[in-house]
Amino acid sequence: MADVNRGDRPLSPHLSIYRPQLTSMTSILTRITGNALLITALLIVWWFLAAATSSGYFDVVNGILTNWFGDLVMFLSLWAIWYHLLAGLRHLYWDTGRGLEIETAEKLGWGVIGGSVVLTILTALVI
Amino acid sequence: MAFLTDRKRAIGMGSAKSGTAHHWSMTISSVGLLVLVPLFIFTFGRALGSSYEDVLVYYAKPFPAIIAALTIVVGFMHFKNGVRVLIEDYVHGLAREVLIIAMICLSYGAAATGLFAIARLAL
Repeated sequence: MADVNRGDRPLSPHLSIYRPQLTSMTSILTRITGNALLITALLIVWWFLAAATSSGYFDVVNGILTNWFGDLVMFLSLWAIWYHLLAGLRHLYWDTGRGLEIETAEKLGWGVIGGSVVLTILTALVI
Repeated sequence: MAFLTDRKRAIGMGSAKSGTAHHWSMTISSVGLLVLVPLFIFTFGRALGSSYEDVLVYYAKPFPAIIAALTIVVGFMHFKNGVRVLIEDYVHGLAREVLIIAMICLSYGAAATGLFAIARLAL
């Protein structure tokens, strides 16, 4: 029998086996932020549609986007899009074959995290 | 004896038969968004929170309107291709196909709605 030892063999490394690392966490966050931004994008399209429809409809949707909860969602979205943008920039850099050493990749990871926080605060102050 | 070159024998033999087209489409849209997104953040950020009348005046100007239209179109095409990878990684069977098609419909629908609204505001 070929499979006598089933279940007792070494497993290949997998998400639940690996210790979380900066590189894997920043990668997963890129995916989460990118896909979560769908909600923001749909809210913004809804806001444009309302503005193009009527004053009454605009007040309703604008109220939803600018009350405390809407502000919170838009603020988190602002961080998410800056994070995703910087992480994407990192991917474009990697695509050229550069920056793939673990040390460099980790430095870039901290750069993406720090850069996204700084840009978010700066943008929130300017707007 | 084989008369084909190694390269000729390898062409079209990738698992998907289409090579790097998807990755390249993500590269193009991401470079576009690299320019559009910061411009959109600062133009839309200015408009969000102002009154109905001010929004109408602001989005009647060409620059903010064109930036918003481009960001919505390129953004939703980037999402359409990006979410596909997410679905292919985690969803299996018929649900995978249904979800991918649903997300494609949603992306085109939202992009068209956004374009319609911006055109109406701008013109």
